[in-house]
Amino acid sequence: MDQISINAVGRKELTTYTEYPPKGYRVRISTYWWLGRWAYLKFILRELSSVLVAWFVIETLLQVNALIAGPGAYQDFQGFLRNPVVIALNIISFFFILFHAITWFNLAPKAMAIRLGGKRVPAILIALPNYAAWLLASVIVGWLVLRG
Amino acid sequence: MAEQIALEVTRFSPERDKVPSIQAFDVPLRKEWVVLDALNYVKDRVDGSLSFRWSCRMGVCGSCGMMVNGEPKLTCATFLTDYAPGPVRVEPLKNFPVMRDLIVEITDFLGKLSKVKPWIIRAKKKPLSEGEYLQTPDELDTYRQFSMCINCLLCYAACPVYGLDPLFAGPAALALAQRYNMDSRDEGKSERLDILSQHDGIWGCTFVGECTEVCPKHVDPAGAIQQYKLTATQEWIRSLLMPWGGKS
Ligand code: SF4
Ligand code: FES
Repeated sequence: MDQISINAVGRKELTTYTEYPPKGYRVRISTYWWLGRWAYLKFILRELSSVLVAWFVIETLLQVNALIAGPGAYQDFQGFLRNPVVIALNIISFFFILFHAITWFNLAPKAMAIRLGGKRVPAILIALPNYAAWLLASVIVGWLVLRG
Repeated sequence: MAEQIALEVTRFSPERDKVPSIQAFDVPLRKEWVVLDALNYVKDRVDGSLSFRWSCRMGVCGSCGMMVNGEPKLTCATFLTDYAPGPVRVEPLKNFPVMRDLIVEITDFLGKLSKVKPWIIRAKKKPLSEGEYLQTPDELDTYRQFSMCINCLLCYAACPVYGLDPLFAGPAALALAQRYNMDSRDEGKSERLDILSQHDGIWGCTFVGECTEVCPKHVDPAGAIQQYKLTATQEWIRSLLMPWGGKS
């Protein structure tokens, strides 16, 4: 039960502990809190990058769709890709995806505390295979694209 | 006269003020002085009503956490000379209600801390006569880092998620839960999982990572939470694949 008593300055107050005490001044957080600090801004950019990742996924699906629909549709799609706005968007997306991938791989060792022989495996050994797999996938895709 | 540095301190009296204000003091700039020494100088010589918490003066008790020039710091481990020529701005820890001057209200954290059951849970306690629960140095090493927490709450001040969503359990409480989860003597993992895998638990964390940056004890709460997310996901997959199997 909450108890109400009169404090030293003659005001009513709760004397029992409550989870969220009614007293105390709460500083309001600005809507732009993420602008004040590089680490926060980096975080927001990282979150934002997922939108552009989604854009690439949609674009790829559209491409597959056009491919299935036949040569005419595919040419239309290529025309769409040549649009300067789309080119700009794709360039921006590319850098955001690089940023996303690199930060993601660098975070991986944080989540994986693998221990071998009583010692924690160093971060670099967990991040490296990720980078290697990325490189391999890029080489394969590059080879497929440039081959023909 | 010795060199001086300007100390800008938040003042707030719940009886008198609607909003906090800043008061500036000139304090001696001594090589061996930390920010806490400067605050004590003001309290002893200039204005005895200045209120702040401290105890050990050696980075152990965790009570002297404040914002120093916008960064959460242990004021007993933050040298004035690093901020010369000044001014040094000292404010109460961010994301907590201010009670008076530099003192914040931390009941919210204490409630969350006890919720995650940061103690060794045993299914059945063995009698004292059977001796202690033994642990190898390697087993100790798996959680040692997380056990270094001094509850200074710098990580809460650095965490925008906690600032925006006061229901979020927060870095230190989650790191301490993980500390007990990883303890070879503990058998309370599944009990904690139910609490921690809720939205306000580990999944509230969006991995900003600043808690780890500001932690004076190198606890790495961000790492602890991500590791715990991995465990929780594994548990979830296991419960999907083997719904009849008991929780491990
Ligand atoms: S995790 Fe670090 S910053 Fe957070 S309360 Fe513990 S010691 Fe302080
Ligand atoms: S006074 Fe104890 S940690 Fe600073």
